[in-house]
Order: sequence, then structure tokens, then C-alpha cells
Amino acid sequence: MSARRADAIIVGAGIVGAACAVALARDGLRVLVIDAGGAALGTTAAGMGHVVVMDDSPEQLALTRYSQSLWRAQDDAVRAASELDWCGTVWVAEDEAQLEALPAKQQLYRDHGLETEVLDETTLIEAEPHLRRGLPGGLLVPSDAVIYQPAATIALLALARTMGAEVLQRMPVEEIVPCGVRCGADTLRADVIVNAAGAAAASLTPQLPVIPRKGHLVITERYPGFCRHQVAELGYLASAHVMTSESVAFNVQPRSTGQVMVGSSRELVGWDASMNRRVLGRMIARACEFMPALADLVAVRTWTGFRPATPDKLPLIGRWPDVPGLWIAAGHEGLGITTSLGTATLLADLVASREPAIDAAPFAPDRAVTAGVH
Amino acid sequence: MSTVAADVVVVGAGPAGIAAAVRATEAKRRVVVLDEAPNVGGQIWRHRSVGTLGADARTWIDRLSRTNAEVRRGVAVVDVIVGGEAGDITVVAERHLGGVDVIRTPALIIATGARERFVPFPGWTLPGVTGIGGAQALLKQGATFRGKRVVIAGTGPLILPVAASLTDAGARVVVVAEQAPFQAVRDFALSLLTHPETLLQAAIYRLAFLRTPYAMGTWVTSASGTDQLAGVAVANARTAWSLPCDLLCTGYGLVPNVDMARFVGCTTADGAVAVDERQATSVPGIFAAGEVTGIGGVGLAVAEGEIAGAATAGAARIDPSLARRRQALRVVARRMERAFALRQELRSLARDDTVICRCEDVGRAAIASFADSRQAKLYARAGMGACQGRVCGPALELLFGWQPGTVRSPLEPARLSTLSTAALAGAASSAADPSAGS
Ligand SMILES: Cc1cc2nc3c(=O)[nH]c(=O)nc-3n(C[C@H](O)[C@H](O)[C@H](O)COP(=O)(O)OP(=O)(O)OC[C@H]3O[C@@H](n4cnc5c(N)ncnc54)[C@H](O)[C@@H]3O)c2cc1C
Ligand SMILES: Cc1cc2nc3c(=O)[nH]c(=O)nc-3n(C[C@H](O)[C@H](O)[C@H](O)COP(=O)(O)OP(=O)(O)OC[C@H]3O[C@@H](n4cnc5c(N)ncnc54)[C@H](O)[C@@H]3O)c2cc1C
Repeated sequence: MSARRADAIIVGAGIVGAACAVALARDGLRVLVIDAGGAALGTTAAGMGHVVVMDDSPEQLALTRYSQSLWRAQDDAVRAASELDWCGTVWVAEDEAQLEALPAKQQLYRDHGLETEVLDETTLIEAEPHLRRGLPGGLLVPSDAVIYQPAATIALLALARTMGAEVLQRMPVEEIVPCGVRCGADTLRADVIVNAAGAAAASLTPQLPVIPRKGHLVITERYPGFCRHQVAELGYLASAHVMTSESVAFNVQPRSTGQVMVGSSRELVGWDASMNRRVLGRMIARACEFMPALADLVAVRTWTGFRPATPDKLPLIGRWPDVPGLWIAAGHEGLGITTSLGTATLLADLVASREPAIDAAPFAPDRAVTAGVH
Repeated sequence: MSTVAADVVVVGAGPAGIAAAVRATEAKRRVVVLDEAPNVGGQIWRHRSVGTLGADARTWIDRLSRTNAEVRRGVAVVDVIVGGEAGDITVVAERHLGGVDVIRTPALIIATGARERFVPFPGWTLPGVTGIGGAQALLKQGATFRGKRVVIAGTGPLILPVAASLTDAGARVVVVAEQAPFQAVRDFALSLLTHPETLLQAAIYRLAFLRTPYAMGTWVTSASGTDQLAGVAVANARTAWSLPCDLLCTGYGLVPNVDMARFVGCTTADGAVAVDERQATSVPGIFAAGEVTGIGGVGLAVAEGEIAGAATAGAARIDPSLARRRQALRVVARRMERAFALRQELRSLARDDTVICRCEDVGRAAIASFADSRQAKLYARAGMGACQGRVCGPALELLFGWQPGTVRSPLEPARLSTLSTAALAGAASSAADPSAGS
């Protein structure tokens, strides 16, 4: 380990920690990233890699939109390593009510500078021929992308290293103390400590309202062109929004390899990583309702991962007032691949006392605690 | 989808599975045997036409057909669910022609055999380079070898029958390169003579010696050619040379197919499933027999199968003659393993640009700096493709000492509909899935 003192210690080398490392190093801070396991091997390894603008709330829309523009402007090496594919998203309406809500959604996207296209029954099938006939329509959002996030994370860390950052792996942080972290007998000190421990963030900062929300995914053999966009049901937002104990939604993704990734499920079962065959079965059945041809695709692997969930579906970004020097960048639920870059820039702005590009107040880590007091 | 119950389910209809099924049915158990291949017989027996099968093989296949064991061919087991209570096992299998079988059983015999080990060297992915399984398949399809110059390289007894078959098919076997040193091979061959059980094997061995130019302490260091194999470079401890050839057949031994056993939580040791004297694994109700418990040849597979079959039928004690046979053959197997241990030089043949993971086309340089197979997979896709590391896993272990990653469902590639029907129809046992509620 290097003897020099770091200015900032980031706990967690997932995509959020990696993005924070770049942003803080770019501001001239000497950054040390510490991970209990290996870089990008936590939730980041388990996710889908959809870089997507979502409008569950105005704050979410602002952060995802901002983050997506940062992915577009990302360093060339990082973009290439991330296998960024601007394939766009097709949001599928299941019924007339969802269809009727589309013009308003389109206007909302337009207000944020994003052009979209409302699809009817015919143009929907033209966009995605494997969708079931008779679906009323959908919304095509051409500006969304798909990335390979483990490689993106490694590339971000490599970029941070070129700016002097150091990464220590297989080193669990046992405790965060004022302006320091304790690893075994050693306490490493820095003015800025960032808790970017993902779904495990609350194990280090117990008051954080972050819990693991499990998801299942399946990947198939190669079927190039089977789908052309990320294709998801509009009901996905509701599935993600409502904190029920279990939900599934249709959400499929074309990989650059020609493989098809099929999601998604949400469960609150603590840290039980085992495959729940019934939930997996429901999830696949739901996908097949929208895309019947999926049924015959051959799956090669299934897995689960834990989204770092918060009660109001917004990440926690900013200073943690109870512990001197502590900052939080955690709780990104099902959007952390997308919002990692926006989070990092926001955090760096707050650390440097700069005016951020978007309003940081809704993401204040102590918002729930403060709200509870009032 | 069909759901049935059985007293014993045997996965794998190779020598071990056949012997197990015969013994269990003879003891009045209702047995279902599942194999993904279209024919019974496993790696060794199914490739031959009935006429060319040895007496032993024919006897066992006949015995199986006379029992009322239900043999389902072309059916791949894709999931095994072990319930909380002993004896609550659910096997989910996909029929290649469509359809899902769900079988509940108190006893499962894993007889999934072994697969070939591939050693990556420059040029090993060129057309014209094949494994012994590939060569056997070509022979069975009746491919013509007349006048073809063939190099056979690898180790152990398995490369000799291939050499003999290719010669019979008209090929000119230029050399059989056995990587093990002369001393080791000679000592092993001599040791066989003291084991009457293996006399036949020894005889085959000597026959092979006479018919082919057998070079010990010799190995292929690279294969060359532009679109097709044109020649190989060969080395021994003293010198290196090149040979033109049309076909290179490699056989670097076998590795047990332990995926299913590891998936259900069976203890493994040195890459093989650990079993007790009844062939029981560490998981109650689950037995293992044949090469999945260690590489030991057909005779040992049959003996283990017989013992496992009888054990699932509740045999109080093990037939002492079977136990003796198994013991003797295990001694031979251990000697064989030592004699044909892979030499150090084979670990460093792959160059930076040599492909290690064929499915995802990942070269050595892309992964050499990582710490384990999970990193190699997530950062560089090695082992992420269709075979899920079944081919490159043993290579990663050989080259870098990395242990294989977690086994996940499906155990074999399976249609999405298989995964959903089986789950929705309640295949998920209550204990494995407390929220299932049924
Ligand atoms: C099924 C699924 C699908 C998803 N799909 C998408 C998608 O399409 N688009 C999208 O934008 N997002 C998606 N997500 C969400 C996204 O994956 C996560 O929000 C994101 O990966 C979180 O990143 P992170 O860096 O916060 O967490 P992680 O990647 O988990 O990183 C946290 C790191 O902290 C380390 N750590 C924890 N505790 C300690 C400690 N005490 N000491 C040291 N290190 C520690 C861990 O080892 C880990 O490496 C999906 C998630 C799931 C589960
Ligand atoms: C390529 C190859 C060539 C060989 N050639 C020779 C030779 O020439 N001479 C010789 O003496 N020995 C040879 N052997 C060794 C010989 O095959 C074994 O000693 C013997 O077959 C071991 O018997 P077994 O029953 O343990 O396994 P196997 O014969 O391998 O049988 C295992 C069976 O399990 C089935 N199976 C595995 N997983 C699943 C699943 N998930 N679902 C359904 N079915 C499944 C397979 O299809 C297979 O039929 C060869 C082995 C291999 C791999």
C-alpha cells in the first residue's frame, strides 16, 4: 500500500465508486478506491446495462437525463470499452390507458430536449417484429443505450489511475470513522470519505435507508437481430416504483454479441441470492406474453443481483452530516449503471462547493431522516 | 409437460448409468434413465454400431433392454431441485424434440461421465484440428481418411484406440505423440500385467504399440496453416521438428462432468465428486458413479454403477466381489493418473494471441493479468459463451490455476419455455422455495 496520504477514499469499486474516482481525481484530489472484493464484481456485474432516461419522478428524470448526456460525452477510451450501443428503447403499451398516456410522456421528454416517436399498432411491429400482434402501440426513445458495464467500470478505474488514483481490492472496510476508514488494524485517513458500497452501504453507515432488492436475469445464446432496441413494458415503471414484496416485468435487451438478455424481477428477501424458480418462471412467462418467440430461444445462464433500493426510489448523493468528512453515493436501485456518471459529477461539485448542473437537494442522503423529524 | 414419480432417477446412460439402472431395476425399483444423447451407451459405447461393440458392452445394453427401466433418450437434465427433506428430489429435463419432463424421486444417481480436456496451443482452433470425440464422430459419419496424414497427440490410453481406428479407416498415422515420458508409460504398462482385470486393456495397448509410430515424451507445440491445418511443430526434451499433416487429433485426458453434482451441493475433491463406499455423495439421496467420480475407464464405471444401483435399492451390504473389483481398478486409475500427468511445458504453449475461450474468441493476453476465473469472465468474457466454460474452464485451471466458477441453472442450454413451464407447474419444491406455497 502506498504510504502517501489520500485526499479522498472511496469505499466500493462498483460503477458508482469508479465514476466518483474519475470525477474527484479530475478535480485534483488524490483518490484511493477500496473494495472488499474485486472491482465491478458486486451489483454492477449483475445488472442489465440499459442507459435509460426514466420519468418515475421529475428528480429521476433530471438525473437520468443528465447522466445520459455525460455517457454521450464520455472519454473515448471509456466509451469504446463500454461497448456503448445507442440502440434506443421501445416502451410497449399493453392497453388503451397506457397508450393514451403516451403523448404526455412524449411532451415531458421533449421538455428535456429528447425527441421520441409514438408508435401505433403497425409501427410498433415494424420496430420490433417479434412483439405479439395486437398490442396497441408504444413509445420509441432513440436516445437510450446499452453498455457492458463491467468493462465500463474497469475502464473508468483505468482512467482514474491515469489521474493518480489508486485501487485496492480484496480489502474490506470494517468501519467508517471521522475522516477515515478502518481496515483491520489499519486506519486510513482522508478529508473526504465516500460510501459507495452499493446495496451494502447501510452496513457501514447504519442510518442509510438502503436495502437489497433482488432481481433475476437470463441470457440466451446468440440470435443477432432478434430484437433491435431494448424493449420493455410501460408497466415496468410501476413494477419498479411500488415496493411490493415481489413483481415481474417484461424487459429484454439485445447484446452486442447477438445474445438476448431477459428481465426483470424485483423481490425483497434480504441477501438471499438463490434462484427463485417460481419468480424466474413468472418473469419469463411475462416476457413471452409480449414476445411469444422468446419461448423457443435457448438460455445459457441465469443469475441474481441486488439493487441498492431506497424508499423514495432516488439515490443518496451528498454529505452525511453525522460523520465528519463522510459523503454518500449509494442507493441507485435499478438505475445505477445509468446514473453513475451524473452521481459522480454531482458529488464532485458538492465536494468542491461548486454549483451543480442539476438540483442536488432531492438527493440529500439525510432527506428521509430530516423529513422524519418534521 | 409430464410429471412422474420414480424410485430412482439415473442421469447418464453410459456404462455407469446402465449398470446402475440394471441393478436397481433388478431389485424391483422403478427406474428412469435420462440421457441427452440420441443413443444409449455413453461416450464409449454409443459411437459404435452394435456389431462392433465388445461382448461386455452388448451384455450390459441387452440387460438394460430386458429390464423395465424406462430409458428416455434425447433428454437433457437442465435443473435439479433438492428439497429440504431427505429424499425430496425433483429432476427437470428438456426433450430435444420439445417438451419438459419433471420427475420426482427419493434417489438420484449422477452418472454424467467426463468430457475431454483441451490444451490450448497456437493453432489449436484451426479447421483440421480435433479432439478424440470429434475424430470418433467423423469416423462414425463415415468420413474418408484414405491417404490422409494424421498426427495424434496427447496422453494416456485413449489416444491409442483412435489411432487404431483411423489407421483402419485408411489414414496414415504419421506419429502418435504421447507427452508422458517413456519411463512412466513403460512402468504403467508393466503394472497392468499384475491386474487380471486389465489384461485386455494391456493387450490392446501392446497391439497399438506395434501398429503405430508411438513417440513418448513428445508433444505438439503448435499447429500451422492459413485456413486449414497444414502441419504441426513437435518437440521432445532434446529437440523440436515440424511435420506436414492433414489432421491433428488431440486427447489430453478427461475431466469429470461435475456441474450437476456441484450445483446440488455435492462435495468434490480434485475436480471429482467425492463418494463413500456405497457411492453416496455428501447430499442425502444423491449417488454418483462412473467417471464423474474420477477418471478410471469403463470397467470401473460399470463396477461403480452396479454398486450405486444396488445401494439405491437399499442393499444392506456391498457385494464383496464388486467392491474388490472397484478397488483394484481404482488402484490402476491412480497409477494411470500419475503416469500420464500433464507435463509443465504444456502450460506455456499458448501465446498472447492464442485463443483460450473459443465461444467468445478470447486470447490469452486478454485474461493473463486477472486474479480468477470470475474476473476473466466478467472483464473479458472468457467462459461467458454458449459452453459456459465447459471447454475453457479446465484450460484456465491448467494455465493459471483458477478454479471453475459457480454452476448456475440451466445445467445445459435450455429453452426459456422450459425454465418457465417447469417453475410454474410447481416443479420448485416447497423447501427450495419457501414462498411457493404449494
Ligand atoms: C437485475 C438487475 C438489473 C439491472 N439493470 C440495470 C439497468 O439496465 N440499467 C441501470 O442503469 N442499472 C441497472 N441495475 C442497477 C445497477 O446494477 C446498480 O444500481 C449499480 O450497479 C449499483 O452500483 P454500485 O457501484 O452502487 O454498487 P456495486 O456494484 O454493488 O458496488 C459496491 C461495491 O462496494 C463493495 N463493498 C461493499 N461493502 C464494502 C466494504 N465494507 N468494504 C469495501 N468494499 C465494500 C462491494 O464489494 C462492491 O464491489 C440493475 C440491477 C440489477 C440487480
Ligand atoms: C470423447 C471421449 C472418447 C472416449 N473414447 C474412449 C475409448 O475409445 N476407449 C475407452 O476405453 N474409453 C474411452 N472413453 C472413456 C469412456 O467413455 C469412459 O471410461 C466411460 O464411458 C465412462 O462411463 P460413464 O458412464 O462414467 O460416462 P459416459 O460414458 O461419459 O456417460 C455419461 C452420459 O451422461 C450423459 N449426460 C451428461 N450430462 C447430462 C445431462 N445434464 N442430461 C442428460 N444426460 C447427460 C451423457 O450424454 C453421457 O451419455 C472416452 C471418453 C470420451 C469423453
